[in-house]
Amino acid sequence: MPHIKTSYKFAILIASIIAAIALAAWYISSHPLAVLAPMGQIGEAQRNLIIVGALLSIIVVVPVFVMTIVIAYRYRESNGRAAYQPTWDHSPLFETIWWGIPCAIILALSIITWQSSHTLDPSRAIASNESPLAIQVVSLDWKWLFIYPAQHVASVNEVALPVGRPVTFSLTSDSVMNSFWIPQLGGQLYAMPGMSTTLHLIADQSGTYFGSPANITGKGFSGMDFTAKALDASDFSQWLATAGRSPHKLDLSAYTALAKPSQDNPTTYYYSSVEDGLYNLIVMKYMLPDISRVTQ
Amino acid sequence: MNNFMQMIFGRLQLTEAFPREPVTAFAAVGMIMTGFLVIGALTYFKKWRWLWKEWLTTTNHKRIGVMYLAVAGIMLVRGLADALMMRTQQATSVGSAHGIVSTDTFQQVFSAHGTIMIFFVAMGFMFGLINLILPLQIGSRDVAFPFMNATSFWLFTGGMILVNVSLMLGGFSSAGWLAYPPLSESQYSPGVGVDYWIWSLQIAGIGSLLSGVNFLVTILKMRCPGMTLMKMPMFVWSVFGAMTLVVFAFPILTATLAMLALDRTFGTHFFTSGGGGNAMMYVNLIWAWGHPEVYILVLPAFGVFSEVVATFSRKRLFGYTSMVVAIWLIVLLSFTVWLHHFFTMGAGADVNAVFGIATMLISIPTGVKIFNWLFTMYRGRIRFTSPMIWFLGFVFLFTLGGVAGVLMAVPAIDFQVHNSLFLVAHFHTMIISGVLFGYFAGLTYWFPKVFGFRLSEKIGRYAAWCWIVGFVVAFTPLYILGLMGATRRLDHYSASLGWQPLFIVAGIGVGIICVGVGLQVLQLLVSIILRARQGKPLNDPWDGRTLEWATTSPPPVYNFAIIPTVTSRDEFWEQKQTKRRPAKPMYQPIMLPKNTPAGLLIGMLAMAAAFGFVWHMWWLVVIGALSAIIVLIAQSARDEQETELSVETIARIEAGEKYA
Amino acid sequence: MNNEALILHEQTVHTKTNFGFWLYVMTDCILFASLFATYAALRGNTADGPSGQTLFDLPYVLAETLVLLTSSFTCGLAILATNRQHKTQAISWFAVTMVLGLSFLALEVNEFAHLAQIGAGWQRSGFLSAYFTLVGTHGLHIVVGLVWMTIMLYQLLQRGFTAGVRRRLSLLSIFWHFLDVIWIFIFSIVYLLGVLPS
Repeated sequence: MPHIKTSYKFAILIASIIAAIALAAWYISSHPLAVLAPMGQIGEAQRNLIIVGALLSIIVVVPVFVMTIVIAYRYRESNGRAAYQPTWDHSPLFETIWWGIPCAIILALSIITWQSSHTLDPSRAIASNESPLAIQVVSLDWKWLFIYPAQHVASVNEVALPVGRPVTFSLTSDSVMNSFWIPQLGGQLYAMPGMSTTLHLIADQSGTYFGSPANITGKGFSGMDFTAKALDASDFSQWLATAGRSPHKLDLSAYTALAKPSQDNPTTYYYSSVEDGLYNLIVMKYMLPDISRVTQ
Repeated sequence: MNNFMQMIFGRLQLTEAFPREPVTAFAAVGMIMTGFLVIGALTYFKKWRWLWKEWLTTTNHKRIGVMYLAVAGIMLVRGLADALMMRTQQATSVGSAHGIVSTDTFQQVFSAHGTIMIFFVAMGFMFGLINLILPLQIGSRDVAFPFMNATSFWLFTGGMILVNVSLMLGGFSSAGWLAYPPLSESQYSPGVGVDYWIWSLQIAGIGSLLSGVNFLVTILKMRCPGMTLMKMPMFVWSVFGAMTLVVFAFPILTATLAMLALDRTFGTHFFTSGGGGNAMMYVNLIWAWGHPEVYILVLPAFGVFSEVVATFSRKRLFGYTSMVVAIWLIVLLSFTVWLHHFFTMGAGADVNAVFGIATMLISIPTGVKIFNWLFTMYRGRIRFTSPMIWFLGFVFLFTLGGVAGVLMAVPAIDFQVHNSLFLVAHFHTMIISGVLFGYFAGLTYWFPKVFGFRLSEKIGRYAAWCWIVGFVVAFTPLYILGLMGATRRLDHYSASLGWQPLFIVAGIGVGIICVGVGLQVLQLLVSIILRARQGKPLNDPWDGRTLEWATTSPPPVYNFAIIPTVTSRDEFWEQKQTKRRPAKPMYQPIMLPKNTPAGLLIGMLAMAAAFGFVWHMWWLVVIGALSAIIVLIAQSARDEQETELSVETIARIEAGEKYA
Repeated sequence: MNNEALILHEQTVHTKTNFGFWLYVMTDCILFASLFATYAALRGNTADGPSGQTLFDLPYVLAETLVLLTSSFTCGLAILATNRQHKTQAISWFAVTMVLGLSFLALEVNEFAHLAQIGAGWQRSGFLSAYFTLVGTHGLHIVVGLVWMTIMLYQLLQRGFTAGVRRRLSLLSIFWHFLDVIWIFIFSIVYLLGVLPS
């Protein structure tokens, strides 16, 4: 192996790092990242938090990086001119600085954390002039059922949202623990059997957004992505009408058939009517004693 | 006849249990053939007696340490193979293509990958290094309970074997490395996979718990005269903190695994969906163990860095008291943050905020440690040996990963990145650059002490660079993917998402890491083959500071013929500076723990009982457990567990006439 | 090794073993704490089945408690005899402790069998799973203690009061008293709180 001068090695290293960062930056600019380019108010607030948090962290990161490089270079063994103090091992001043400054940063972040945990609590209603739309979500094996209780329609793997109107999602599961996530609109929340959790989201722009399960549910987990369509008022009414014209009706027997395990379900599956109180029935059924499993 | 067969074999049906899928079957066959090769080699070279006497029945901490490292190293290769498989699958399984393995195999692979890396690689390297170095650093002859030490190792190995047996017989869990219910309950995971997971962790976990007790008693009761707590090397302090965590956290794991086992085997309702079970309770319990676990792994790695940085800067560790306080703050705080693993489970704003703030607090003592290391280097004389390269890689990567962690500590941010590849990238950053780089640095640093010759520095540096570069190439795409909305554990995704290029880059990164590992293996082989060239074993190859460097390389079986008396920190360094000469030695007879097969037997019998539990072979459970207990009782009842080494023998060993 | 070195060696072994055993007992506390926490979480999950109010028979539990507490007392007497190296007394008191321990177990097994018979077994509900596991784990520890006591009685008869035997007897008594303390928690948290209307 030919001997390469150390300074050349470092030059190559720095050049590679710059090239890599440039590549990543180019990639990110041409492929918008859902979490950093949200389409709804909640997602926006979350993205702003990420930016604030990252900036606060830079206060520590930059000094650490600079110090590491400078110290490593200056105090390398071959540099005889650098001071050598082998027994100097404490300094109240420096300790105060590097305990104090991180404490201050964390204090700032703590206040932000406390506030944002409350303002962005998933179960907190979104302030708006528009009345919220209620959608009930059931995680099944391996598809998502969306019930519109006020409109008496339902859909599988496709959820339509009216633009600019807050949506109250009630989440549950009729199988294992899952998580309901539309990255471009905002954060996720777990959907669990026997429980109903509440997630508020809002879409501020129309578009078709990617929806994802976010907690492993078994074999069909990968095929459980869904589509979230943010539609303006007239398109939304049309969507409801289309669903209302579906020949399928979600009564109890249809639901039982739907709940059977299936993978990679087709997305455009609508129901024109829904059994009254179906969602509550699904939640409550786990409250009963599990007699069938006693004999296992 | 049928009934009889069912009683003997439980629910095991040999023809069905062996894997069908080509990749898995190939791996299984490969493992079996390797096993035969090893047995064949031992027989051909007539090494069985040597193996039994020197390794299988040993109670010596140095031997046990080497065995831990060997198991951990082999499991690292297995874990990396899993990682390669996952990266390849995720790089190729797009749109109409479905990758190289089935969904079921993929899910087993990522579950096995996490389980093996945490429980058998990281814990293995940790216990290996602690075993090797802790007694030497405190001037003691062994750990507090040598027999229990051996038992811990064999329980650990029993768990490891069980995980690998699952590949060949019946399949592993598909429920992730933590097996959340309801997915891990028998209703949704009816096979043996989750049971293998439960029982291999249960026996390995008991081994870990016993080690925790063992090392705590060692530190607190066996330090040499003059070594007050505040004179201990920082590595010892870090082990003290980590073992305290072990002792508090592992019983929670034992209880939780037992309850899940009861649910699966006997139909109880701890975590089931109906019947009054509460799956959220499992999530709380498992993370109440799980979070301290990651600090258990990283604290000794931090301890290694403290030793490495001080030695290779030829300078005292900066801020000793501050570092000690930082360790204990980390220990304390690590028990207050577990909920940050499930902010998205809906605990409410107040609870989420409190745990988020607690999580952020841990970054303070961690940051303090980094500054103290940097200031140890400041005004020192730094030698850039490969341990220092590992350390520098750690500083850069761990800081960035820590930023990601602080961001995720804000619950509202976590809602957008929980369970995504952003999370996966974060924890890999912490574990690889923190835990793994730390233990790699420790291995390189202490290798000459343990084996009497150095590892090739040149190859070591190349390996470190491969790991650092490979890590960046492998995990930066994952951070980006997470922010693009990619969740973890997907074995297939649609082409329109535009994720594939990033997955391909990540795959290349893992390839670079594999080159790094290949170099590490090469480094080992080359160093072994060329070791004669290094001449006489150097007791103190790095100009070290702490007591382990005062012994020969490798140390004699009893470590110190005369137990040293210590008057300061970095005692060995001070001795060298003042050229203190110890008085002419007056040897006393030394008591050494005897070899015993009991540890091996207990470990293997426990493994057999666990195997029986998995397959409902109740006779095996009863016989295995009872036999293990009988062996334990018989061993404990032995009054003569030590042999005496005479003064003459000691004198001869010290004079170099006799190898010990 | 000379006498002085032997005594020092034994002292070191005793210190380490004692401290190590206390550490182990602490880990066992954490194990029980996890089971207590689970019990607390699942206390109300009766799945339309029987609750503690219906099932728990306080007088019966009082009998169990008195038996176990007395066995702790007799264990203490046995250790006092050990310290004074009165072999017959020590063996007798340990034997009484064992009989009391076995009686406790018999009462507990009887209670469990009765519950299982009336359809309140551990598969019935989360509450019952947690109850049986918490109390049952304690019972398993009692079994371990009794087995250990049997072995120690055997060693005492065979070897007399050697240093090793005395050391192990003191560890055994720590273990036995620890189980008593755990029982007091069970008595209070499970049974006393359990019969209160939830």
